[in-house]
Order: sequence, then structure tokens, then C-alpha cells
Amino acid sequence: MEQFAAVKRSKDGQPVRYLIVDDSVFARKNLARMIETFGGQVAAEAGDGLTAISEFDRTRPDIVLMDITMPQMEGIEAAEKIVQTHPEARIVMVSSVGYQENIVAALQRGARHFVQKPVKPEVLYEVIKYVMGEDGAVTNATGAGA
Amino acid sequence: MKMELIQPFINAADAVLSQGLQGTTQVGNLSMEEEAYRRKGVAGLVALTGDIEGRIILDLDPKTAVRVASHYAGGELPESDGLVRETVFELANQVVGNAICALNDQGFHFRVHPPLLLTSDEGDKSSEDTEALVICFETSLGNVFMNVALRYNHRRPADRAVAGA
Repeated sequence: MEQFAAVKRSKDGQPVRYLIVDDSVFARKNLARMIETFGGQVAAEAGDGLTAISEFDRTRPDIVLMDITMPQMEGIEAAEKIVQTHPEARIVMVSSVGYQENIVAALQRGARHFVQKPVKPEVLYEVIKYVMGEDGAVTNATGAGA
Repeated sequence: MKMELIQPFINAADAVLSQGLQGTTQVGNLSMEEEAYRRKGVAGLVALTGDIEGRIILDLDPKTAVRVASHYAGGELPESDGLVRETVFELANQVVGNAICALNDQGFHFRVHPPLLLTSDEGDKSSEDTEALVICFETSLGNVFMNVALRYNHRRPADRAVAGA
């Protein structure tokens, strides 16, 4: 997998912590591998929207990567509920269902960005840097997957 | 089944497989499924409801499924590994998701349902209303079969408006 300069939290230099939400184990593993190459850390994983809400409360990640089509509670609804309680939450929707209506609905309900599946690591990396903004810092070191 | 419905799925499968398997994909045989659907190996079914309804099945023979899943996992997986099935599910999901983006641009609206494992060896027979088309994608890791059975939902508001005009 491609090498990336590590993105760390600017406040303490620690790895960015991610919550990965996807009903597909395959997709979660794939995203976890990418996160490693960005120098990040997986704080928790969830397979549906309801679990995502409780895992967010438990782990307080820096970034949530959230699928849309999931059983029990879909990603857009889960994103909205998380942002209602935690307005500072940075949620990036990661879905193959990337048409205009879905993107707009996700952004209106609190998501910060949208990445279309299949995920290209270089695209996700740029989105992570953008969403972290001043709270993220690119270091000279490369991620663990490098 | 109209080609305008099928083409976005062919394009999406071609793009998803080419990107994921990092190689060229060729569209091989294309045939109408006249008899009941026969599963080839590891098969994931994604159902669609909305302006266009039906289902898409992505089907890989067991050896191809293991090769494809191992490629994505970055290491050899045993045939029994649950990740093999998960890989087929997620590929089906990505193909459908990308295809319906193109159809949504044409004004169609859908709901995509989470993928289901197809366990029965045979599926429903095609009907005049819901014909099934089977497309074979030839990849460097083996053949990937996509079975598409879709139909227009006649309750679509735009259709009703046209009918009433």
C-alpha cells in the first residue's frame, strides 16, 4: 500500500484516533489498513449505526468513518444522532451510494465530508487532512504501513 | 430488460474490479438466464427497491473467490475464512452503489438493501416481467459473474404523470 506522511493530532502529537463503522468486515479491515498507512490508530469498530453511537461515546475518536447502508440504523441517521450530542464530531461518510441526494443529506445532518467506495487511499488521506484542519499536523514520519 | 438499465451495472463492475484487482477486466459472455438461477460458488445478493426494483447477484466460483479475497486481504486466506464471503458482499455492494449513482443522475431513486448470502443452489426463474441477464467479467484472478434482474417500478410518479397526460 502507498506510503503517506503521518497525520498526527497537533495538540499532543499523538496518532489520530478513528472509529470505523461499516457492516462489512472486509470494508472495516480495508479502512483499518489505510489508517495505519496514515499513521492513525483504530479506536473502535462498529457494524451498525446503533453500535457506532455507543462506541463514539465510549472512545471519543478524532474521526468517524461511517458507511451509509447498514442494518438496524443507517449511517446518516447515526451521524445525525452523534452530532446532536457531540457537535464537534468529525464524521466522514464512506459509501458506494455516492449520489447527490445522499451526499447532501449526509452533510445537512452533520457529516463533514463524503468519500465514494471503492476508497482510494490518496483520496481518503486528503479528506482526513482537510477534516482535521488545524487540529491535525502532517509529520515527516510515514505511517505504520510504509 | 432494457440495456439502459444494465449498462451502468456493467460499467460499475468493470470499474470496481479493475481498481480493486489492479488489472484490466474484460467483459466476456453476456447471456439471458432463461432457466432458474444456478449458483456457481460464493454469491452475494443486493436487492434494490424504488423506481427500479430487483436484485443483483455477484457470483464467484470458490477458488476465484478465495483468490480475490486473498488479493484484497494482502495474504493467503483459507476457503473457509468468513472474509472470503465478506469480500464478495462488499464487491457486490460497491458495484450496485456505483451503478445507482449513474441511474440517480438520470432521475431514478432507490433504496439499496444490505447484501445477503445466497445459499440456495437455484434461484427464481426469470419471468417476462423480470428477466435476468448474466455478464461474465474475465479478470486475472478468474471469472466474476454478475446476474442482474431489474424492472421498472410502474408506480414511479413520473411514469404516472406521463400515463395521465
